[in-house]
Amino acid sequence: MRRARLTGVAATAFGALPGSSALGLHAEAAHAALADAGLGPRDVDGLLCAYSLVEPHMMLSSVVAEYLGVRPAYTTALQLGGATGCAAVMHAAMLIEAGRCRHVLVVMGDNRLTGMSRDDTVALLSAVGHAQFEVPYGPTIPALYALVANRYMHEHGATPEHLAHIAVTMRRHAGLHPGAHMRAPVSVADVLASRLIAAPLHLLDCCLVSDGACAVVVSAADAARDTRPPGVALIGSGQGHTHEHLSQAPSLTDFGCHDAAGRALGEAGVRPADVDVAEIYDSFTITLLVELESMGFFERGAAGPAAAAGALALGGSLPTNTHGGLLSFGHSGAAGGLAHVVEGVRQLRGEGGPRQVPEARLAFVHGDGGILSAHCSLVLART
Amino acid sequence: MSAKPLPRITAETRPYWEACAAGELRYQWCPACRQPQFYPRVACARCGGRALDWRRSAGRGVVHAVTVVHRAPSAAFKADVPYAIALVDLDEGFRMLANVVGTAPETVRIGDRVRLVFEPRGEVALPQFTPAARA
Ligand SMILES: [Zn+2]
Repeated sequence: MRRARLTGVAATAFGALPGSSALGLHAEAAHAALADAGLGPRDVDGLLCAYSLVEPHMMLSSVVAEYLGVRPAYTTALQLGGATGCAAVMHAAMLIEAGRCRHVLVVMGDNRLTGMSRDDTVALLSAVGHAQFEVPYGPTIPALYALVANRYMHEHGATPEHLAHIAVTMRRHAGLHPGAHMRAPVSVADVLASRLIAAPLHLLDCCLVSDGACAVVVSAADAARDTRPPGVALIGSGQGHTHEHLSQAPSLTDFGCHDAAGRALGEAGVRPADVDVAEIYDSFTITLLVELESMGFFERGAAGPAAAAGALALGGSLPTNTHGGLLSFGHSGAAGGLAHVVEGVRQLRGEGGPRQVPEARLAFVHGDGGILSAHCSLVLART
Repeated sequence: MSAKPLPRITAETRPYWEACAAGELRYQWCPACRQPQFYPRVACARCGGRALDWRRSAGRGVVHAVTVVHRAPSAAFKADVPYAIALVDLDEGFRMLANVVGTAPETVRIGDRVRLVFEPRGEVALPQFTPAARA
């Protein structure tokens, strides 16, 4: 099998980018990732995009291709919420392994912080609920994740302090990333004192709403020799899906991430304990906690105490979201999930600077979309 | 102020909403699987069978998970905060998302027994739950 290489990555700054446009952000990230790979727009023969809330297009990848001036041999837009970034990289690798493309550009971005009001963002995202059987009851996305938190805490005795430690760790990591949206340190007390959004989740348990974009170039192994930095190999990928609406989920503590991670790690021939650095979707503090256990990185009920003891911090047993994650680096839709891929590649290249995990050889990246609905895992290795 | 969202009723959900309007909670039953199905669909999501029956629920269940919403999704819900949203496991073996009304929202706990009530909203009757009288 011709394994795919991740040959170029880029993230714009995340946060408030006044005057930005979704397409302009796409282009900034795309050109930066191509330059990082030592390639130009003419080298791109595959283009994968996601969606924009601010600039909804029926055919976003065609619009992006036109805007960038690329004429791909294959393009499509994918829609798996926060799993879209990982899923697009998996899709790109399949295009390459099928011999359809040599350099696939994966690019996603949105300007939902400055491009629309917070009320509009909350209302639009709440439409992820079932129109007839959930939305009439007034659930927000935080409320649906709060149901997961409530059940998880009931079954495993986790506390709001455990959740708060995750937010604190993510913020500490973001403080080491110059492009992060929120960099000022917070304490456990700050998290617990922030206003309740949907009990037990406080404001600082929730991800940010940011402007920003990310891009990743996925190349064929032989084509990767033409690119500039040492390529990172995609050695495993997998998805898992059990539901879209939370009221249809077979479990509130075990999700499609279990199968996604199992498939990706199995394909790579590695175990969770082999992973040097993890970049795992953290739309809420509970998201990371429940996924870490469902995917087998911690025993049931152990992830909260481990987070409180520093296991997820730089220097811990599983440094996680070294860029600060969605909670502090920022979240601009599908690009927020793709930022985890970008950071995984940077760690394996040794480009993390003050947030570098020493000797990082194996990275695990995971995205989830909806309410822990759509899952995609990637295993990346230094070549 | 904008109105709270109403369900846009479709062919496969019409019997459900018509029953609600008549004060009954109904759910689909697959005779082949001998299992309930919620929400209503054109076919059984287990076996694909289309010969689905409708059964009446007694409207009693238990809270599987609950949250209290403090930040509303839209202007229509702002006057209601804080309000409780729960996943309720009905005794007939299916799960619904609904509000728990008629009690202080922060008092609702996992394992609480609840019973069905209907909230009139526009043209529909919306199934909701309230704490069942403790025996
Ligand atoms: Zn059936």
